Amino acid sequence: MTVFSDPKYPGEREGQSPSHRSDRANDPKPLLDIQNLSVAIHGKPILKGISLTIGMGEIVAITGESGSGKSMTALATIGLLPHGSDASGCLSCNQDDLLTLTEPQLCKLRGNEIGMVFQEPMTALNPVQSIGDQVAETILIHTNTPRAEAFKRAAEVLTRVGLPQDRFPLSRYPHELSGGQRQRVVIAMAIALRPKLLIADEPTTALDVTTQAQILDLLQKLVREDGMGLMMITHDLAVVSDMADRIVVMRHGEIVEQGPTRALFANMQHPYTRALFEASRHQAALEDKPGGSALLEVRSACRDYRTPRKTLFGPQGSFRAVDDVSFTINKGERVGLVGESGCGKSTLTRAILGLEPLQSGAILLDGQPVFTHGNTNLDVRRKMQVVFQDPYGSFNPRHKVERLITEPFHLLPDPPIGTKRREAVAEALTAVGLHPDDAGKYIHAFSGGQRQRIAIARALIIRPELIVFDEAVSALDVRVRAQILDLMADLSRDYGLTYLFISHDLSVVRSITDKVMVMESGRIIEQGPTASVFDNPSEWYTKSLLEAAPTLPPATGGGDHAADPTL
Amino acid sequence: MLRYFFKRLTSLIVSLAIASLVIFLVVEVAPGDPASYMLGINAQPDTVAALRAELGLDVPKWQRFLAWAGGMVTGDFGTSYTYRTSVSQMVADRLWVSLPLALYALTLSTLIAFPAGIYAAARRGKAGDLAVMGATQLGVAIPNFWFAMMLVLVFAINLRWFNAGGFPGWEGGLLPGLKALTLPAIALALPQAAILARVMRSSLLDILGEDFMRTARAKGLSYRQALWKHGVRNALIPVLTIIGLQFSFLLAGAIIIEQVFYLPGLGRLIFQSIGQRDLIVVESVVMLLVFAVIVVNFLVDLAYAIVDPRLRARA
Repeated sequence: MTVFSDPKYPGEREGQSPSHRSDRANDPKPLLDIQNLSVAIHGKPILKGISLTIGMGEIVAITGESGSGKSMTALATIGLLPHGSDASGCLSCNQDDLLTLTEPQLCKLRGNEIGMVFQEPMTALNPVQSIGDQVAETILIHTNTPRAEAFKRAAEVLTRVGLPQDRFPLSRYPHELSGGQRQRVVIAMAIALRPKLLIADEPTTALDVTTQAQILDLLQKLVREDGMGLMMITHDLAVVSDMADRIVVMRHGEIVEQGPTRALFANMQHPYTRALFEASRHQAALEDKPGGSALLEVRSACRDYRTPRKTLFGPQGSFRAVDDVSFTINKGERVGLVGESGCGKSTLTRAILGLEPLQSGAILLDGQPVFTHGNTNLDVRRKMQVVFQDPYGSFNPRHKVERLITEPFHLLPDPPIGTKRREAVAEALTAVGLHPDDAGKYIHAFSGGQRQRIAIARALIIRPELIVFDEAVSALDVRVRAQILDLMADLSRDYGLTYLFISHDLSVVRSITDKVMVMESGRIIEQGPTASVFDNPSEWYTKSLLEAAPTLPPATGGGDHAADPTL
Repeated sequence: MLRYFFKRLTSLIVSLAIASLVIFLVVEVAPGDPASYMLGINAQPDTVAALRAELGLDVPKWQRFLAWAGGMVTGDFGTSYTYRTSVSQMVADRLWVSLPLALYALTLSTLIAFPAGIYAAARRGKAGDLAVMGATQLGVAIPNFWFAMMLVLVFAINLRWFNAGGFPGWEGGLLPGLKALTLPAIALALPQAAILARVMRSSLLDILGEDFMRTARAKGLSYRQALWKHGVRNALIPVLTIIGLQFSFLLAGAIIIEQVFYLPGLGRLIFQSIGQRDLIVVESVVMLLVFAVIVVNFLVDLAYAIVDPRLRARA
């Protein structure tokens, strides 16, 4: 693109190493200067005296777990704190003291001087407006550009973010685009006026690994080309390890450590930073187990979905979501299933659980079909349980934990009652590291990680032969994720558990499975022992997945690695 | 879009066919003889037989259905037993009152409800919101016939701005007709506006919590701009549904208001016909109302597609 070839401000250009650029942190006039910023919402402190700077052309990553205050820092910077917030300290961007500006002044700044990209591209765009309207709007509200000119510039910006006009005309609506493409539109809106500061709040968390890599590349390229400062919020250290100039680690509304990326990774001072780092690369201790007889057999399974008619009375089309898939899981095996969204993972899962019929092929558990006579085969169904991704949405908030985790009992012909039932509840809760007394509490009393433990207890309580983990740790913070993975390894040892672990996160699959299957466009294109598939992938697609997956630099942290008891 | 249109149109035709069959079955095939029902329990057998012949009840049912449905399509609704005039003419006369009245009331209700709902949503929890919500509570709670009588007392009897009732017809021009319909339209519109304003407010509040509203703010739109440019259109779907329901209700449900203002509308016609056991009129008017409801739903469906591009794509 040549449209924006003249730099608006003297930012730094490509070819400079992060260590050079990080000198910018000492620049006397950084682009964004946050000093001693505190924010309280309805009197409750959320940010406690944080100080950080971002220079022009500099990428600063803010990382930490949920509730650490990283998103609040971003919202404070763009002046969009929730109602009832009270901010104090100094927050200046390009010489403007943002905390003293009036709302109309802030409106002039947002989208013009400071752009922002959000986490969830699927919902970040207005569904009833075309992408051209939405990108042009940024230009129209801040400048006196005529409409036609604004749309021409919107087209240029969209091309610049990788949505060329011949394939993605301005008249497209968000629902016609994939998640990655929508995120590009959001980025186009944010950079249309070439802001000095770009804030990206978990911009790739909801995306597949390959799309994530593309979006990260795009952000990096735009920042380098325009000399923007980039505040990148992420919970995943690996995502920013080869991109950020500096890293800021936050916890409970405070900055615990910050510094140039390489130096920070080389010498982590704070135990919390080390804990985060360790948890990100955590390997659960899986014991080798001899594979038993075949438990789950999937034979040439095909699953078709009907697509809408092309013409009013035309024939209905069909889409093959699962295409001739065959595999076997033996008793005691721990198998991973990886692939990008839309590859058919979830469809295959539903078929395995007997929730949907197959068009051809068969799925057998212990030699019996999971789906018979148009219904789930309950004899088989009670031997399988599932743990879902969202620990917040998968529980009825009006039931107590006891009722929640005993729900699978209705699958049994003679469910335990009285003392036996209470014993079963206590045992399941103890097995997942909770206390038997927790049975009397409601779900809102538990954190995300505890809820996922309860979900596992619910799956365990009827002693299933197979547990399906469907993205079961994807929504968790890294340290909680590490604990849940350890729990799975323990349960696998103690209960001889067989599980199918479905995930888009390759590093997690590697740490928790013996065998892995790679799925693409409804087919299993590669399967084998986890270590050999990851180390020597034979398919191009597997290689591209592995290359796109962000990795952490090797551990070189300073200090001792003893766990901090206060964490 | 064209496919969506035809799909909706097909569904409209099928609904009409099913509705006509159901109405026919309920009125004509239900236990009891329509002729003896219409004449009452003291009727002479020969009178009943004569009416049966006149109504065509002596031919097979499927022939009667075809004749009735065919007549509906061609605009021949039969002859009223009580009034001895063409039902089509009677209905057409009444429709000239009821249809403008319903449209008038609906326009008023929308004009009141949209600003009120948007205003309340924009000031959620503040005094303005509380005032609007309080007013809508009252609007829903006040019986509209009482409100109609208050309107008559104030504007017709005290201020003498309007007539207390009656309808001069459209022959005298548009204005006198509209003037006669103004008080009834206000009386009808008030509760509808109150409901619609509440729906608009809650729908808009849902939208205000959406991620794309935050995106709009991050672009530099003020709260109010974001509300108007991105919020209102997204909030319209539930509002359109309610508008469709309200129109159907206003067309036939204005019986009480028509009584209060002595308006010769459809509601009064159906009320009188039921009292006089004139099944032919009842059947025709009910079919006409069903037709109106289905057509309004069709129009609402089209409006959805205009508002929301995703619906166009999904068809």
